Amino acid sequence: MSDTHSRTVAYVRDTMLPEQTPPVAERGAVKWMRENLFNGWLSAVLTVLSLIVIAWAVMALGPWLMRSIWNAGSLSECRQLWAEAGVPAGACWGVINDRLHQLMFGFYPTHLYWRPILVLALLFVALAPILFPWAPKQLLWFSAIFPFLGYWLLWGGSIWVPVSAALGFVAGYAALLALRSFGTLIATIAAFIAPVLWWLVVAGNFVGLMQSVMPLGIEGVRSDRFGGFLISLVIGFTGIGLSLPLGILLALGRQSNMVLIKSVCVIFIEFIRGVPLITLLFTAQLLLGYFLPPGTTFDLILRVIIMVTLFAAAYLAEVVRGGLAALPRGQYEAADALGLDYWKAQRLIIMPQALKISIPGIVNTFIGLFKDTTLVVFIGLLDPVGLSNAIRASSDWQGIYWELFIFIGAVFFIFCFGMSRYSMYLERRLRTDHR
Amino acid sequence: MVDTQLDPGIDRAIDTSQMKVTDEVAIQITAMNKWYGAFHVLRDIDMTVYRGERIVICGPSGSGKSTLIRCINRLEEHQSGQIIVDGTELTSDLKNIDKVRSEVGMVFQHFNLFPHLTILENCTLAPIWVRKIPKREAEEIAMHFLEKVKIPEQALKYPGQLSGGQQQRVAIARSLCMKPRIMLFDEPTSALDPEMIKEVLDTMIQLAEEGMTMLCVTHEMGFAQAVANRVIFMDQGQIVEQNEPFEFFRNPKSDRTKLFLSQILGH
Repeated sequence: MSDTHSRTVAYVRDTMLPEQTPPVAERGAVKWMRENLFNGWLSAVLTVLSLIVIAWAVMALGPWLMRSIWNAGSLSECRQLWAEAGVPAGACWGVINDRLHQLMFGFYPTHLYWRPILVLALLFVALAPILFPWAPKQLLWFSAIFPFLGYWLLWGGSIWVPVSAALGFVAGYAALLALRSFGTLIATIAAFIAPVLWWLVVAGNFVGLMQSVMPLGIEGVRSDRFGGFLISLVIGFTGIGLSLPLGILLALGRQSNMVLIKSVCVIFIEFIRGVPLITLLFTAQLLLGYFLPPGTTFDLILRVIIMVTLFAAAYLAEVVRGGLAALPRGQYEAADALGLDYWKAQRLIIMPQALKISIPGIVNTFIGLFKDTTLVVFIGLLDPVGLSNAIRASSDWQGIYWELFIFIGAVFFIFCFGMSRYSMYLERRLRTDHR
Repeated sequence: MVDTQLDPGIDRAIDTSQMKVTDEVAIQITAMNKWYGAFHVLRDIDMTVYRGERIVICGPSGSGKSTLIRCINRLEEHQSGQIIVDGTELTSDLKNIDKVRSEVGMVFQHFNLFPHLTILENCTLAPIWVRKIPKREAEEIAMHFLEKVKIPEQALKYPGQLSGGQQQRVAIARSLCMKPRIMLFDEPTSALDPEMIKEVLDTMIQLAEEGMTMLCVTHEMGFAQAVANRVIFMDQGQIVEQNEPFEFFRNPKSDRTKLFLSQILGH
């Protein structure tokens, strides 16, 4: 037989090979580690270094956390418990347990704690229709009245105060509708003037009158009783809620063709951004008192909210301007060519796209604003950081540091991380460009 | 110069029975001038468009042809002279501008669909917010025109999911939903692949067959010859020559026109 023949010998497979698992290095955890942890010598060195750092941190913190004491009335009690057990000092979380109500509510009257808690719960109800598409749209009505309801529940007093404040907006809207036939500009100006007139001239008498006719109210709580996370959340959420619309208006104003509006917006943005927030807060505390007519009592928390709002609005204006600049000119032209007027084009075409582009920047500013509320400690408001100083000054808890700051940091982290995750969800949900 | 019939770009016979020019004036432009800064883009334009006319405006780039039709719905402001559209003069009065814009449809080179809205929402937006038509009715109108441009099945997709030709047809449908009396086309096929040019031209020809008053800035000379009743040649911001298409292509009068035609027709 020739060798050519042997190569072309007929062959039929009589047994089928079973499926085999891939070699060890190509499957499961080994494959994952090889690709993600030890992919080359640099990667391997970095992995080992990271492991050393993690191990060191766990060894340093772990035993300290393991020796945590949760129920103690003072630091000396904690120390005594450690001494009895014969172990070195650990984490004394008793301080959180002992002062939780204070860290949450400051000096808010104990029997009224239900009011801030109710407001927080209602806040989530009010936010739902704004944040999530599955929430019923009728809830938006509740979102609209929530700021007034929340104010009334927190500060208490006559119900006619928030009602009259809300009526100012109604007056503005009524003016807008009534004067619409005279042109958009006149109607818009009237819509700004009418509420201001209402608040300055009518509101005081209205509250007095209604209170004498039908006294309705709950126990009042003065601003200096507010503190802890209550103050952070009130300032943070009000600032966030007010600064976004203001920031959008400033961004639009900066792009305006009207020289006066444009320069006012530019000067405002550049001035506010060029000044440290703490300076603005000191201004709120000291100087506003001089500028306002004598005798006006202007709540300190309210002043801080105004300053924080203006500060964040200036940053947001620039973030939104970036989004506006990223839109092609054709979008404006198409909106114009279809006959949409300026505000409709902004609301339906321009802003939905510009804000979508700006989401990361906007949320960034919001997170910054929320954390910056801790600066109010410098003007004497007792936010969590301010309270931590007060707690550490008490004889029971003198000498405690880490536990308080870890707790405060953790609570802030929960809110900020929540905002961050929400912004990523929103970006995913609004992605329609299919790139 | 060109004696033969140019290829109109579509595969069917064109029905000219409804293409009738009336005596009614649709657009009247008188002694109109426009400058970009010191640059004189449009010089002394005089032009009357009658209802039912299909006008193709051509010319080299930078000749002001796009600017001219963008002045007609005030995307560009003219500095002197008069533009009257459907009896409404374009001045800085916003009411007049909005009135003209809602009567005049425009199709852009880059489609300019709204990417955050579905095809259907793109088409219903202006009828709902400008014309104040109830949503359901606006959706019916939109579906009618989407069927007309042969893409009703895409109604719930987003513009980013469509091909260029489909997007341009949506853009045409979006304009038609406002029931305009005049349509402006600003180089509607210049950003498209040859395959897709055909489907857009077909839609435009269909519109002409129904008697729409149209002004098209385009380089599609086959379309001009088959559909237009008048071709206007512009150069350096002026109307250099205008004529009925057959004569325009066969016997151009000015040297500029001859040069342009020889370049664009590739002879």
